Amino acid sequence: MSAFLTYLLNGLAVGCAIALIASGLVVIHRVTGVVNFAQGTFAVVAGLCTSSLLGLGLPHGASEVAAVLAAAVTGLLTGLAAVGRPGTTPLSSLIVTLGVGVLAYAVEIVLWGDQPRSAPGLAGSVTVAGARIQTQHLLVIAVTALAFAALALFFGRTYLGKALTACASNPYAARVVGIDVRRMGLLAFALGGLLGGIAGVLVTPLRPISFDTDVTLIVNGFAAAVFGALTRPVVTLAGALLLGVAETMAAGYGYGSHQLEIALGLMLVVMIVQAGRRSALSQESA
Amino acid sequence: MTSLRDGRVIVVEDLVVAYGTAVALDHVTLQVGAGEMVALLGPNGAGKSTLANALAGLVEPASGTVRVGGRAALIPEGRQLFPDLSVADNLALGGWRSGERDPSAVYDVLPRLAELAGRRAGVLSGGEQQMVAFGRALMSRPSVLVVDELSLGLAPGVTADLAAHLAGLNRSRGLTVLLIEQNARLAFELCPRAYVLEAGRVVAEGESAELAGDPRVAGAYLGGSVA
Repeated sequence: MSAFLTYLLNGLAVGCAIALIASGLVVIHRVTGVVNFAQGTFAVVAGLCTSSLLGLGLPHGASEVAAVLAAAVTGLLTGLAAVGRPGTTPLSSLIVTLGVGVLAYAVEIVLWGDQPRSAPGLAGSVTVAGARIQTQHLLVIAVTALAFAALALFFGRTYLGKALTACASNPYAARVVGIDVRRMGLLAFALGGLLGGIAGVLVTPLRPISFDTDVTLIVNGFAAAVFGALTRPVVTLAGALLLGVAETMAAGYGYGSHQLEIALGLMLVVMIVQAGRRSALSQESA
Repeated sequence: MTSLRDGRVIVVEDLVVAYGTAVALDHVTLQVGAGEMVALLGPNGAGKSTLANALAGLVEPASGTVRVGGRAALIPEGRQLFPDLSVADNLALGGWRSGERDPSAVYDVLPRLAELAGRRAGVLSGGEQQMVAFGRALMSRPSVLVVDELSLGLAPGVTADLAAHLAGLNRSRGLTVLLIEQNARLAFELCPRAYVLEAGRVVAEGESAELAGDPRVAGAYLGGSVA
């Protein structure tokens, strides 16, 4: 029972990191309509920056904040390339984000080499109801909860957040009232970079990060974001937690080499069931 | 109000707007004076909404000029609200340019909006949505209001109510109005002067009473009868 609880808590932490990646995808897609395949890159940039800055002797806290800001700037630059030119279609922007991801490989290899890097996180572990959980995992859960609460407040309570929602809801109307939709798109990319960066600095102490770790991160993040239809942050969070728990359970019970396939298969089943229920509901209401 | 010259607040000269190879506005020239209410009539596809968008700065002219004295606000065709946001949020975002966040002044003009403030805009009736679009435009404190199809899809009573508000603002505050309408009776009733746009060109202009008496205009827009 305690092993199950351990896997569950660790799985929730893994799911939280996935949720941060996925929430960046959702924010960018909601505002710009673009599926940003460079989202995993933001986490990698932040992870590698943290490793370097801590290596240079910068203290914890300052290193992580600087790394997250570097990811936000990477997000902004990606946004400039993807949606900076007026009239770029979401499909063209998607291709641009793929290109940015490939370009980032070259830049990261030049700056950090091709070997995985890690960074020290919070040491130690705590025991909850007989289950042992690393303190770093608790930090991931706490920061994710704070990040989602901050996102909800930002989009639900602030004027700027509502302007971003307005761009997502009706871009033409947003232009009618004078909102610069392109600038809001760039802001969304910077916010996506920030969220990806937070995921990166939290994950780096748990697993080594290298230039190509973005593939695993984006596959998980994309699966969770699609679960939330790329627009619903809370459903995305639920999907990410499900994915994280399924992966950790699979690994914990001896299917470590197939953990991603098992988790994605489970997501597929849940989505098919969901689609079936929605279809039945719409037929009843028709 | 900031007028350009000779008391005019809208001056469009020789305007050409094209979407690719399709010419939407073909050398259009029109003027609207400060405090005037002017109608723009025309069938579907005449280029009326393109002209509205050009006045709001949403489309780039291929050639010609568009000048507006002061701030122009657009009530777009089909209302174009933010359906997931509340009425209060829709109004607040209307003040994006002016920096106005408090909708009290709009509630004074359109008290019904105060009652709807907490409702989601997407669930309102067509008339209520048009009222929100009206209020949202007023939040930018405009000197010129461009109204694209005020009556579209609305019951006559609702249209009359909104038209009365529009005329009231024109009288009390000197708000300049360019009313783009397919309902020629309403347009001629509200606006002393009108332009007729067909296939991207101005084909007639003048006093509304004269235009209503023109057999060609009456035939095309008033069902053949002279108003």
